[in-house]
Amino acid sequence: MSGTAIVVTSGKGGVGKTTAAANIGAGLAMSGPTVALVDADIGLRNLDLVLGLENRIVYDLVNVVEGGCDVQKALIRHKHIENLSLLPAAQSRDKTAVTPEQMKALTLGLKESFDFVILDCPAGIEQGFKNAIAGADRAIVVTTPEMSAVRDADRIIGMLEAEEVKNPWLIVNRIRPDMVKRHDMMNVDDLIDFLKVELLGVVPDDESIIISTNRGIPAVMDEKSRAGRAFLDIASRIMGNDVPIAATLEPDDWFSRFAKWLGISRG
Amino acid sequence: MMDFLARLFGRVETETSRECAKNRLRLVLVQDRATLSPRVMEQLKSELIEVISKYLDIDEEDMRVELDTSDSSVALVASIPVKEVKRESVGAV
Repeated sequence: MSGTAIVVTSGKGGVGKTTAAANIGAGLAMSGPTVALVDADIGLRNLDLVLGLENRIVYDLVNVVEGGCDVQKALIRHKHIENLSLLPAAQSRDKTAVTPEQMKALTLGLKESFDFVILDCPAGIEQGFKNAIAGADRAIVVTTPEMSAVRDADRIIGMLEAEEVKNPWLIVNRIRPDMVKRHDMMNVDDLIDFLKVELLGVVPDDESIIISTNRGIPAVMDEKSRAGRAFLDIASRIMGNDVPIAATLEPDDWFSRFAKWLGISRG
Repeated sequence: MMDFLARLFGRVETETSRECAKNRLRLVLVQDRATLSPRVMEQLKSELIEVISKYLDIDEEDMRVELDTSDSSVALVASIPVKEVKRESVGAV
């Protein structure tokens, strides 16, 4: 058996890469496939927090790569999602602790026993990026509708193509339909025009993400979370299902809710 | 409804911040993309030499090929000194 390795990247920091990786991994695992989440952000470990697994780390990625520990021993099973495992990053080391070749071998090994390997890439375009993408079959580029994030995404897309990770998918994170509506935010079509890549999903700006991160429970487990539902749709699309994207884009301000309640449709 | 409100508050007359971001981003991306890796640049150069050498005898040493970026456009600027026009190229129709 050989699974698919997907790297989640963005160039710019703070656009929601780690949250996206956690929720995509959890979303995939909840619908059946086995998933290994790999925190490739060595020295800045965070994926464990988003998943609520920070107290269960014994071994990390660097221990595995340096040969001190078997990968199966380092993997942490998620408490609630049976098919989900995490390989945490080392916290006391830095990006130079591993090489692209080692990461490639590690990813290949994980693909033997998991349907999906989701790699959370560090921000930036240096060695950490090169490590994370080394063994990836596909890439997901996360951006927000902000100029600096789009510019960095453009750069990353160019670098991915140069490194032979072709046809990256795009996730537009933290979109605010109300701002898009009053032309104070670029819309998804604007971003696709610039970046010219395939759209994988659109995630609304949603405070439930902060709440679920506080609790260490991925938003996909919360049925009421709009961002969580968007990530479930994204997971479904990765599995090859045809899920329409428009549904998540409706404004959710008080006016829209009131209008919906009254049964009025807005033009 | 929202369009009406927007007009009411005078948003339509000025450039929206979305348009502003798009215009600025367009220029920035043109410039960001106007670089080729040294490897690709060398390849482009050697293929140019190959094609041009079919018709002209050129001075490869003094040849210069660059991407030139001005405000909103990118041009490939090549300066290729010609030593001699090949005889078979002169008479050809």
